[in-house]
Amino acid sequence: MLWEVDVHLRRNDTTAQDLVTAANELGFDIHTAHAATGWLIEGDMDLDEIQRIGERLFTDPVTEVCRVAKVGEAELVSAPPGAQEADNLIFHVLPKPGVTDPAAESAKEAMALLGVNATAIRSLKKYWVSAKCMTSEQVAETAWKRLASEAIHEVVVGPLTLSRLSGGSRWELKREQVKLNGLNDSELEELSRRQCLALTAKELHAVREHFNSLGREPFEIELETIAQTWSEHCCHKTLGSPVDHTGPDGESHYDNLLKETVFASTEIVRKKLGPDDWCVSVFRDNSGVVRFDGDHDICVKVETHNHPSAIEPYGGAATGLGGVIRDVLGTGHGAKPLANLDVFCVAPLDTPAKTIPPGIIPPKKLLHGVVAGVRDYGNRMGIPTIAGAVAFHPGYLGNPLVFCGTVGIMPRDSADGRVEPGDLVVVAGGRTGRDGIHGATFSSIELSSESENQSGGSVQIGHAIHEKTVTDFVLAASEEHLFHAITDCGAGGLSSAVGEMGSELGAEVDLDKAPLKYDGLSATEVWISEAQERMVLAVSPSEWPRLAEIARLEGVEATPIGTFTGNGQLTLRWNGELVGELNCHFLHEGRPRERLQSKFTPPQNLPVRWSLDDGNFETVLLELLRSEDVASKEWIIRQYDHEVQGKSVLKPLLGPMGGPADATVIRGVLGRPRGILIGIGLRHHLGTINPFEMAVGGIVEAVSNCIASGADPERIALLDNFCWGDCRRPDSLGTLVEACRGCYEAAVTLRAPFVSGKDSLNNVFTWKDDAGVIKEQSIPPTLLATAIGQINDVGMCISSDFKRASNRIAIIGISTTELGGSQLAVIGRITGGDIPKVNFKNCEEAFKSIYGLNQQRLIASCHDLSDGGLGVALAEMAIGGGLGADIDLEKVPLRDAGNLAKHDDLMSLLRVACAETPGRFLIEVKEEDTTEVEEILRGSTWSWIGTVTNDSLLTVRCGENSIVAQTSINKLATAWREPSTAQTHGVS
Amino acid sequence: MLSPRALILRGPGTNCDQETAYAFERAGGHTKCIHVQALAQSPSLLDDFQIFCIPGGFSYGDDIASGRILALELTERLGDTLRRFHERGGLILGICNGFQVLLQTGLLATECNSGQQAATLARNTSGRFVDCWVQLQATPGNCVFLRGLDRFELPVAHAEGRFTTVDNTFFQQLDARGQFVLRYTNDRAGQQTNPNGSEENIAGMCDTTGRIFGLMPHPERFIEATQHPAWAGRLDPQADGAGLTFFRNALRVIGKDLG
Repeated sequence: MLWEVDVHLRRNDTTAQDLVTAANELGFDIHTAHAATGWLIEGDMDLDEIQRIGERLFTDPVTEVCRVAKVGEAELVSAPPGAQEADNLIFHVLPKPGVTDPAAESAKEAMALLGVNATAIRSLKKYWVSAKCMTSEQVAETAWKRLASEAIHEVVVGPLTLSRLSGGSRWELKREQVKLNGLNDSELEELSRRQCLALTAKELHAVREHFNSLGREPFEIELETIAQTWSEHCCHKTLGSPVDHTGPDGESHYDNLLKETVFASTEIVRKKLGPDDWCVSVFRDNSGVVRFDGDHDICVKVETHNHPSAIEPYGGAATGLGGVIRDVLGTGHGAKPLANLDVFCVAPLDTPAKTIPPGIIPPKKLLHGVVAGVRDYGNRMGIPTIAGAVAFHPGYLGNPLVFCGTVGIMPRDSADGRVEPGDLVVVAGGRTGRDGIHGATFSSIELSSESENQSGGSVQIGHAIHEKTVTDFVLAASEEHLFHAITDCGAGGLSSAVGEMGSELGAEVDLDKAPLKYDGLSATEVWISEAQERMVLAVSPSEWPRLAEIARLEGVEATPIGTFTGNGQLTLRWNGELVGELNCHFLHEGRPRERLQSKFTPPQNLPVRWSLDDGNFETVLLELLRSEDVASKEWIIRQYDHEVQGKSVLKPLLGPMGGPADATVIRGVLGRPRGILIGIGLRHHLGTINPFEMAVGGIVEAVSNCIASGADPERIALLDNFCWGDCRRPDSLGTLVEACRGCYEAAVTLRAPFVSGKDSLNNVFTWKDDAGVIKEQSIPPTLLATAIGQINDVGMCISSDFKRASNRIAIIGISTTELGGSQLAVIGRITGGDIPKVNFKNCEEAFKSIYGLNQQRLIASCHDLSDGGLGVALAEMAIGGGLGADIDLEKVPLRDAGNLAKHDDLMSLLRVACAETPGRFLIEVKEEDTTEVEEILRGSTWSWIGTVTNDSLLTVRCGENSIVAQTSINKLATAWREPSTAQTHGVS
Repeated sequence: MLSPRALILRGPGTNCDQETAYAFERAGGHTKCIHVQALAQSPSLLDDFQIFCIPGGFSYGDDIASGRILALELTERLGDTLRRFHERGGLILGICNGFQVLLQTGLLATECNSGQQAATLARNTSGRFVDCWVQLQATPGNCVFLRGLDRFELPVAHAEGRFTTVDNTFFQQLDARGQFVLRYTNDRAGQQTNPNGSEENIAGMCDTTGRIFGLMPHPERFIEATQHPAWAGRLDPQADGAGLTFFRNALRVIGKDLG
């Protein structure tokens, strides 16, 4: 029997209002609509029972009413309670069969609690609109454009005609060999494309030779395993390649680009630290681990989830966060997640609809989708999403970037997991379904306007509560030392997880034992499915009973599906019959490496051209504050629970009026003083101009964030996330090599080791324009730098908001006047121009000054100068504290003062106020501390530039007697908040 | 004197259990986090405790509706146990999701004459989850948790916190019984800080005995000064936050009973 329970709100139906708004925006003239949440319930139960369930479980007696009937019966279709129109058009949005439906899964468990067992449940949304106002086609268009996602939903216009939900029958064993012999290169490549393997002809040659030596062709499951393991996503295919590079400084050669740049810098830093080396496990496990306090180590990982988010923003971002949380959980013997971060790179939100190619989700819908995904997953996990950024650039239109990161904590010296021969392969958490097949290989393939149709199966939907319970389970089991090693099922699913854990020992796996969401999955599908919320543990058989008991108590499904053997073979079985067997050595070492050619030619440098006809100092400053990169992200921050766990010390918005923070800070352990700082650096506007400076500038920015908030400069760990275009092209690879060189130099000079990283290449979007011409767009080369700092006592943290009138303001560090790639260019006030270059000596001096002053508690507030330069930083400090400031630009120490035409013309003033020279800070100092500050700063580059005032005005002078601009803090705050306020009232 | 003990209830999706335990401990109590399944299997576990606390989180993902499934579980499997616990002098506290749960169990005396639930926590008027700080005004009456509190700040973090009743008559009835003990109020600039559109700015309420209390704001997130968004450079980082008073009050009341 298939029942339907429809739940209607008695009043204030925002869901219906959202539909009206969406339809109006698409040009359809409707004024009212009705909406309901529905539940399709299959099971052996009668009307009384289902009525009771409907009222008891699904309906709020105060705000809702429910209607219950068999699917298809008239009363489910007729006008909803309170509706006037008799002539209604009805439509439904529901998850496609096989797509994870968390609410339905919970509902099924809850019904069991009430003593009624359903065989299957599916949730749906149901809408009524007047048939006088809209046609079926218009309704379908609205549903697809605004309410549903092709990747995961079905839209049914008119009454539902389903008769059953459950389906599928058990897969019958069949082994399919894939014929590689006799295929030429183009046929091999065609095979790779058809099967979504993302293997090159050269790699398939190696596979063919290997299997020829065994005297057979590979089975499909074996070929899939190789494809997953050799995918860009799983093994740094490009970054680990030998590269011949030609750059402005001549030729250089790398045998392994990543090893000789990023990894090498870490080795050098660690060697210099000698016995004081505070790195624990770097570039090895699922996250990088460093020392924290006497009892704990901390670990951190940042991942990208770009391609899935481009197709299904909500699910893509949610599972991106879910994945990186599992990376931390799957480090060593399991770490407890403490904080999340998210960074989104998208096209400007006002990108005109007609310039958006087919198959692309408009940036506004996309950003709202990814924010909601991170919100719903992070909040449910009870992990504060406390740090982040949103960066805008037209180049992200087809390939938005979604970075998610997690910081975790573990008992000291538990970072080394080691699988023992004879350990059981235990899979715990969510069940395996057909979701997310081919995620690893898909993320290594270019997106196109067809992707949404082709790759829907590779989109996963998260179920945060399964991940929360599996987290509780893992941490409880870890406390009792019940497993030897753990990893998460991420890209490549079981094939990657078991493959990696057993990469030396080998493993036997009985794929039929894996718990399934529904029948019908083939052995290959079970093996490579990327269904979420699963962890794989290596468990000694003697510990299994206790582990199983904890799993039961926590409500987690844990199932042994095989054994780690020690024979170096990966053996796959179905009902006891062999379905595939791979040699671990070949699988992990057999990939042929390709020598890549790389070339970097710096783009031609154009002179600065100004467009200031309609502007003055004040209007430019307000434009900068309003610019998307700079403006407040409050609409996002407030949707994230950034205070759960009670450990937050510096939150993303600070001070009585909520100004922007530099780093955000959390305690490592409740009740203990030691803190962790998270800084983020992203200089994406420099990517196409100078990738080396983009990289070092980003790293310095991330580190500066931490320094400004009080971090110890000798305890900063770095993470790299490279997002690039097609690196098979020498010019794209050239910019990547330059960025890698930048990473090396920054890490070595600042003694800040890289501890983890990840790359996402092939961020190229292709489409056909109206004339049928194939077009393509690459993202700007983008390195996200994350800095993880530490502070002995969080009571010493510094916030960025002004504290008290009459305190003095100083600028620390030397300013330069180049404006290329700055926010002045983004708002269209300049084109061309040199970019400011990082001077490490100056940066280090400034870092030392800030740290030294703070050790003496001489800093009342501090803010680093980044996007928008000095003017924006000052305004932000004033906004946060609700206090004014009076400063003199003439006092700012400049390296190249001679470059300024006259000091007081608008262009010269903007050069001083808006240049983005890295490594500078503004500090606020109490009047009584001025002498002591001067004493400490003697010999370094700095200057007093003004005072904090209580007149609620930002007064900017050039020389004592010449006021350049005087603007109320209210006006500045309004401009800075305006873009955020607009999104608060946008689509949800 | 025996030390008061608080049971912090855990379940799938509970996520404020550890900081809530920390808050009770900072206030001088002993705590244990116990899974709802374990408690349902052995309800006598509760005999060792004088305080029962349902902390914040997303119990069962808040699927169907926030707190719905956990409330059902408590009513079906632990209803009598909790009533007896309350009758023997036990205190019950529900924070955020815990408040949403408590309200649906009927323990907060919000059923109208027909026995039907007549108050609920509906979706915020903004339609969204919100994490922000609010200004609160306590009118403690007989609510033991709020003794000595007047105006103070706490953070909220929820999407369904809009307190609403079936009608005004019922609202007046609860009000007359002194059940509305905590309201959102104006900040220093005179702006109303009600974050969710709650009827009459209700932020928290108790039953008629004052020993069962539920609220949307998170007292456990303001135990120490450094949890406040404007502490740096303004407050002594070692100072206590306003939220600690809730837990001290609870322990003091129990401490007296324990003698």
